[in-house]
Amino acid sequence: MSAVTGHPSRRRSRSILPWLATPALLVFVGFAVVPLVGVFLLSFTTWDGIGTIRATGLTSWRAVLSDPGLPHALWVTFLVMAVSWAVQTPISILLGTFLAGRQRYRAVLGVVYFVPLMLSSAAIAIAYEALLDPNFGLGAGLDIQELSRDWLGRPGLAFGVVIFVVSWQFVPFHSLIYQGGVQQIPKSLYEAAQLDGAGRVRQFFSITLPQLKYTIITSSTLMVVGSLTFFDLIFVLTEGGPGDATRVLALDMYKRGFQASLMGPASVIAVILVLVGLALALLLRRLGGRDAGASQLEGA
Amino acid sequence: MALSRRTLLGLAAAVPASAALAACGGSSGPGKSSGATYWYLNGQPQEGVRSGAVKAFNKANPDTQIEDTTYQNDAYKTKIKTAIGAGQAPTIIWGWGGGTLRAYAEAGQVEDLTSWFGEHADLKKSLFPSSFGAATVDGKIYAMPCETVQPIILYYNRKVFDKVGVKPPESWDDIMALVPKFKAKGIAPFALGGQSRWTNMMWLEFLFDRIGGSEVFQAAIEGEKNAWSHPDAIKALTKLQDLVEAGGFVKGFSSITADSNADQALLYTGRAAMMLHGAWSYGIQQADGGDFVSSGSLGYMTFPPVEGGKGDLSDTVGNPAQYLSISSKAGAEEKKVAKEYFAKGVLQEEEVKQWIGNGSVPIKLGTEKLLAASDNADFLQFTYDIASKAKVFVQSWDQALSPTAAETLLDNIVKLFQLSISPKQFAGNLNAVTNA
Repeated sequence: MSAVTGHPSRRRSRSILPWLATPALLVFVGFAVVPLVGVFLLSFTTWDGIGTIRATGLTSWRAVLSDPGLPHALWVTFLVMAVSWAVQTPISILLGTFLAGRQRYRAVLGVVYFVPLMLSSAAIAIAYEALLDPNFGLGAGLDIQELSRDWLGRPGLAFGVVIFVVSWQFVPFHSLIYQGGVQQIPKSLYEAAQLDGAGRVRQFFSITLPQLKYTIITSSTLMVVGSLTFFDLIFVLTEGGPGDATRVLALDMYKRGFQASLMGPASVIAVILVLVGLALALLLRRLGGRDAGASQLEGA
Repeated sequence: MALSRRTLLGLAAAVPASAALAACGGSSGPGKSSGATYWYLNGQPQEGVRSGAVKAFNKANPDTQIEDTTYQNDAYKTKIKTAIGAGQAPTIIWGWGGGTLRAYAEAGQVEDLTSWFGEHADLKKSLFPSSFGAATVDGKIYAMPCETVQPIILYYNRKVFDKVGVKPPESWDDIMALVPKFKAKGIAPFALGGQSRWTNMMWLEFLFDRIGGSEVFQAAIEGEKNAWSHPDAIKALTKLQDLVEAGGFVKGFSSITADSNADQALLYTGRAAMMLHGAWSYGIQQADGGDFVSSGSLGYMTFPPVEGGKGDLSDTVGNPAQYLSISSKAGAEEKKVAKEYFAKGVLQEEEVKQWIGNGSVPIKLGTEKLLAASDNADFLQFTYDIASKAKVFVQSWDQALSPTAAETLLDNIVKLFQLSISPKQFAGNLNAVTNA
């Protein structure tokens, strides 16, 4: 211990500040670290969820890694992630840009438009399931042949429906992020561009889009990491079906654990899910560059 | 503890995923009370009878209260397993017996009721003897059979048959011949809630039995090597795929759930001509179908024979009963209340009358007069005869097998119905999990 020097009040704040994080840390350890370690340990056991837990080493890992269901679930998870990102991002940027205008009707539209986000995923899934029912749904009710397809019963169509419903639910949220991002762009940039004779489209591509770079990274991180946890919606909508066409990793984990009573293999999937999530989050941080956290405002 | 900003950020990135995992493990146990807790399935008209029996018991025994909670079918299967695994089971566990009960018993989670039934021999003698098979594990009784016997029945819509001018099928060939006739009139030959999976399974249960006899599935459940690739099993699986290919099932069957009763609605609205379903369907048709049942439009029959098949036509499949077990983790006082309920609350006169009233046959012996006097006498007599005359009453496969094997079975059945795997692949996948 060295002799304490410096201003007394500064010294006191230094010694207290780290302790202020204690409650948050305790919650974090209790609800995130402990279960995570538990799941990791469970992945080296055999357990049916009811009887005794037996340590069986790498048995569960071998079973899962040699199961053709795993690459399939990984592929579906990746596909849901990539396609839903590719669908949601352009729509959200355009809508966000549109809603960033000052007119009153745009504000009203923005509020109306925000409604899907306030509904629970389960409610949305049940509603769409009823609407898409080939015999009693919207298509059959209105007698429109095009609408009364077997939406959730064919692998390709069911995948498309999942993407559509996910987008319907989350585009409003990302539009809101982009709306905020666009409103942060200094007016002077647009004024200068107008003086130079740039049209709306040119302004969008030369000012709005580049200025939104960090908003895009934030929104994409939320979409990508969030898509790993799509469970409720898909579970209620398709139960991973038809067959295993929409069986994403999170659903695979649930099915193995709670329906087939294979807690060991389910924990293996959980560990894989955590690793994939970590890797993606770190990758996106790297893409954002070192100054991702820095302010983009004029003069700041 | 020295935490750098970098490690904190790294940990923070892990939060969303692990928090989601943690959320999956959450479960809430039953509330503390002086009496016993009891969880069972919701859905009318059965729910009303179950809660009625509890209410009557609570009223007659003011000191020993039973607190009941209801759940939806598919949700319940997950919920009860999680609760038992977490040591949070209700005192009285409602179930289907068979493979799941075996898992509970082997884990020491349910009370051995053998000696209790020894003390209450009269009670035991008053119930269908066939109902005790699925309650027994290694010679010990772990559950009290309750409620009703539920064989699987082939229902049909008489109005639709009249409209198309055809007769109910008397053989598998008749079924295949009916398919194009109904399709030509824009009517689905068979209603099916395929997303629920066990609904598809009922077809295989009958095809296996009618083609190969009850021994084929029995061999599989006993873990005999390559039991699923028995030539008769392959034949049954192939016949099923023939029916799918011919368009025998309603459009979109793989996206219809049975919990929503949409498959039932297809039959009583005349959009589908036939439906293979449990005996419980009669009550649903009666409750939801308007005058469908009362006008005599609902027809019913046993599954027809398959040409050249070895099965006995009296054989049936389904639920020999429902089952009530007592959690071994419950307190002594709670267990006492539960046993009290088994002895004095289950299948009492009023409950028996209610089951009969909504078109079911309770597993209580000596109810013939009540059955004959009821509004649904024909159907009840039909069900009673099936149950009492069956040479073999096969328990539903997903209940008879262990949960792990049942899950593989259900998954593969869906793929079989979608024609995405061949009968040989199906057999191979199943052999891999049931081989001893």
